[in-house]
Amino acid sequence: MSETLNLILKVWRQQGPADVGRFEEIDAKGIPVDASFLEMLDIINERLIENGADPVAFDHDCREGICGTCSLVINGMPHGPKQTTTCQLHMRSFRDGDVIWIEPFRANAFPVIKDLTVDRTAFDRIIAAGGYVSVRTGAAPDANSMPVPKEQADDAFDAATCIGCGACVAACPNASAMLFAAAKIGHLDSLPQGKPETRRRVLAMVRTMDAEGFGNCTNHYECEAACPKEISADWITRMNRLHNKAATIEAVR
Amino acid sequence: MMTQLSRFYASSIGKKAVVAVTGAGLLAFVFAHMTGNLLIYLGPDAINAYGRFLHELGHGTAIWFARLGLLAMFGLHIVATVQLTRQNRAARPRGYALDGCQRTTSAARFMIVSGLTVLAFVIYHLMHFTLGVGNDYRTAEEYFTMLDGERVHNIHQMVVDGFSVWPVSVFYILAMFLLCWHLMHGFSSVFQTLGAQTHGTRRIVRYAGYGFAAVILIGNTSIPLAVLFGLVS
Amino acid sequence: MIQPLTATPDARIPAGPLDRKWSRHRQDSRLINPKNKRKFRVIVVGTGLAGAAAAASLSELGYKVSVFCFHDSPRRAHSIAAQGGINAAKNYQNDGDSVHRLFYDTIKGGDFRAREANVHRLAEISLQIIDQCVAQGVPFAREYGGLLANRSFGGAQVSRTFYARGQTGQQLLLGAYAALEKEIARGNVEMHSRSEMLDLVLVDGHAKGIVTRDLVNGRIETHAGDCVLLCTGGYANVFYLSTNAIGSNVTAAWRAHKRGALFANPCFTQIHPTCIPVHGDYQSKLTLMSESLRNDGRVWVPKRKEDCGKAPDQIAEQDRDYFLERKYPSFGNLAPRDISSRAAKEVCDEGRGVGPGGLGVYLDFAEAVAEFGEDTIRDRYANLFDMYAQITGENPYKTPMRIYPAVHYTMGGLWVDYNLMSNLPGLHVLGEANFSDHGANRLGASALMQGLADGYFVIPVTVANYLADETPGAVTAGHDAFRETEKSVRDATDRLLGIRGRRTATSFHRELGLLMWENCGMARSRQSLTEALQRIPELRAEFWENLRVPGSGESFNQQLELAGRVADYLEFAELMCHDALHREESCGGHFRVEHQTGDGEAMRNDEDFSFVSAWEHTGDFSKPQLHSEPLEFDVVKPSVRSYK
Repeated sequence: MSETLNLILKVWRQQGPADVGRFEEIDAKGIPVDASFLEMLDIINERLIENGADPVAFDHDCREGICGTCSLVINGMPHGPKQTTTCQLHMRSFRDGDVIWIEPFRANAFPVIKDLTVDRTAFDRIIAAGGYVSVRTGAAPDANSMPVPKEQADDAFDAATCIGCGACVAACPNASAMLFAAAKIGHLDSLPQGKPETRRRVLAMVRTMDAEGFGNCTNHYECEAACPKEISADWITRMNRLHNKAATIEAVR
Repeated sequence: MMTQLSRFYASSIGKKAVVAVTGAGLLAFVFAHMTGNLLIYLGPDAINAYGRFLHELGHGTAIWFARLGLLAMFGLHIVATVQLTRQNRAARPRGYALDGCQRTTSAARFMIVSGLTVLAFVIYHLMHFTLGVGNDYRTAEEYFTMLDGERVHNIHQMVVDGFSVWPVSVFYILAMFLLCWHLMHGFSSVFQTLGAQTHGTRRIVRYAGYGFAAVILIGNTSIPLAVLFGLVS
Repeated sequence: MIQPLTATPDARIPAGPLDRKWSRHRQDSRLINPKNKRKFRVIVVGTGLAGAAAAASLSELGYKVSVFCFHDSPRRAHSIAAQGGINAAKNYQNDGDSVHRLFYDTIKGGDFRAREANVHRLAEISLQIIDQCVAQGVPFAREYGGLLANRSFGGAQVSRTFYARGQTGQQLLLGAYAALEKEIARGNVEMHSRSEMLDLVLVDGHAKGIVTRDLVNGRIETHAGDCVLLCTGGYANVFYLSTNAIGSNVTAAWRAHKRGALFANPCFTQIHPTCIPVHGDYQSKLTLMSESLRNDGRVWVPKRKEDCGKAPDQIAEQDRDYFLERKYPSFGNLAPRDISSRAAKEVCDEGRGVGPGGLGVYLDFAEAVAEFGEDTIRDRYANLFDMYAQITGENPYKTPMRIYPAVHYTMGGLWVDYNLMSNLPGLHVLGEANFSDHGANRLGASALMQGLADGYFVIPVTVANYLADETPGAVTAGHDAFRETEKSVRDATDRLLGIRGRRTATSFHRELGLLMWENCGMARSRQSLTEALQRIPELRAEFWENLRVPGSGESFNQQLELAGRVADYLEFAELMCHDALHREESCGGHFRVEHQTGDGEAMRNDEDFSFVSAWEHTGDFSKPQLHSEPLEFDVVKPSVRSYK
């Protein structure tokens, strides 16, 4: 069989939001190098259960890097050392004997549910504040009635590729959600379908983001370094511009 | 209108815009201040005349407008950044076991520290040169001189006396390093926060910021060095 | 408790010519006064394309909606993982596409096991879906002129697939999710995330509510409504390893089935030939790679078993068996999904498979790299090659890829009529969770189309046909039926926690999956199915004796969630095998080795099996009862598929 690793895990354990939490050391022996990081945790959990211990809670679902559910901070980096989702990180990125620190995304706006699982519903509320085009089902004109320059459509796609995982918040020294909000605002502002609502959208989404308790952007660019979909912080530049313009217009109208 | 303005300031981006606009004003001030300082190399008359010009501009009102403007900018800049910093700390109550930062710079991470240290320096600097507190190398009367038949502040003498004391010079030089460290991040942040850069210009703005900081550093630290080494006396 | 059905329920297909049925049905459908709509509450379970689209559209119409998903956010549903695209008969390419042609292709692709009326409606609605999605801001690929781009997909002879790079499902789902969030913000939709439906509540035989478990605090809750929409996806994870998300499960559909809803065609499962093979027993999922790889790659295995352990470059050209090219000279490496998949399984069964466990065949790009250069190949497939390298640690530009088929879609599902209502009044089933539109095999880029058609355009019309006769809010959660159902859910949860055995839920799931893959997978036989029908109850018995679920029911407990899902798969698997055993023919995703031509082609039996198998649950220990809904083909006459 394939090569294996012996690792020491320092895993954050926390019973619930009220618990203070602590690191627990877990021996991870004989981990196949071809396993994904989450499969490594699966193996650990199987062993914990068999030994009568409480398995480590962590969020995961599609395991192909698109659903945005997985959410670990590995050695201080959201999703670990590669710019990808945790489910696409493989154990061959580690060496035998490594000590690996595994923590939840830490942000006031993402309270811990248990162990490594956090509550990211704040993101849903930011979208609900305006991350949509107000179109009713059935009200749409023919899809080709409004041409969109290819460059604009490609830009919109680059922003729309956000999977809402929250790594940007986890990576930001201020736990700011600017990249998340900016990606949605930028996506919709890049398209003629979304433009009419830009002003309303940007003010509402930024206000909701603030109210949820995320921090403020101080231009560290950690978010774009951690984003598994490589969304650029240029979208934040654009959001700042759109926000200031919208706020000015709101004030003088 | 006032409601909208207060809502604007209440928002994260609004506060940051205030920081950026006041920051831009302070950047301009720092540059202008350095340019004025460099007149020292043209001899006592040049810098003393410049001082008189500033004091007499608009029949002596301009300097007070400038002082009040600067005070307001400093005030807003500091209040907004302190509020932002407090919010940011509250947003991440517990840090990570290991520091996994990949792209940020030490300048960006210590803005509040460099900023508040620079504030302490500014207070000392104002006491030192504007109010003359602790600047008792000579009697107050000796810091006046005659220029074109007028009695003016002898700025040149103040500078030479002040920087001849080496601990003072060392403190000024250290403060300039901190200021420029602050500007390295501050300059490009003005552009980012105001949405005044693009993908194509982001790098240019960043390096322009480094260049700006370097110019300020070299320009301002050259003066105490020149005094210490006797090039200006 | 459950009344046995005396006859197969009526599919309620509207009368009239095929291409007028849907428009006529819309005219004939009941309308509800806007003032009254506000008084109805619709329960929607699942937030994939079908669920999110339905919830948003119904809320726009004025209905009050309660939405449930087990994910932390409605945006995570597995629709998000669809790569290829979405079909629509727009004929923007002027290449001869039409509603009729899309209808025809879908019926034929489904191997003549779908209802003509449903499929025609799907083809008609496909046009509106694209309009709707574009208006929502879905960033579809465009041409330089600013108009929408199309590609040909899954062997279609026209370019009717709309796409957003390789992430079409994601973009469509985010569009539907945004529409849902818009309605949540308006206060008309109540969203319950991290809430798993564990049972259906029937009041006088009508679906009037659900019982859920709040996955964060473990609370068992009851929710009443005027009707229930299940949009809970497919059951591919009965195989444990599939391309589905880990959380995808059959629980909601299965528990509705146990309350009396018919389950149709469970044996129709689709296998995708180009997945990254299994690399170890710890593996949790299979990753699909786009079929487009087969345009340039050549599929082979060693001719001799002894060579299988060697490195591929140590095997001489004359010792390689390019089995697809050999067996299907005209289609070669591009033979359809089911045929390529079975051919790969055959050579592996002969012991000529490569890689860990001998479960893999080579997909070799050496010739393409030599002919077009590495750069051209990189342009075409860079993201797929990168993904492969990331997962396997091998460089596919240098060594041949290893691929193996994996289950990735299930055509079967709860039986529904033309209104998408099951045989239980009030219970509607949408998207992959129902059986309706794909027959025995689904065409590429049609799953997204169906989910959105059901959610945006069908249910908003047809749900009124049920609700119009109901008194809004007539049933509340105070009704005895809710207390009884809640109690049975509590008992089931306590039972799982009370076993305190030694094996984990995953270990049972893995064992079941392997058993199903071997016996009810790509190729099924009377013998393999009979064996599975014997072994599944044994495994189930062991599960209920030897399962270990740590923790309690009153807290966040992922093992408990998993155990409940595995318990349902252990029951569902048996139904699937019954269905596969009963269907004495090979068609679409169902291949019975007894029914093949001399050269290994599937032999469909239209004479005896041109019907939908709708199974009725008769109790935990008795055989399910079959009801068959005959399929009539008035417009397209069944023909034999051939890819020689």
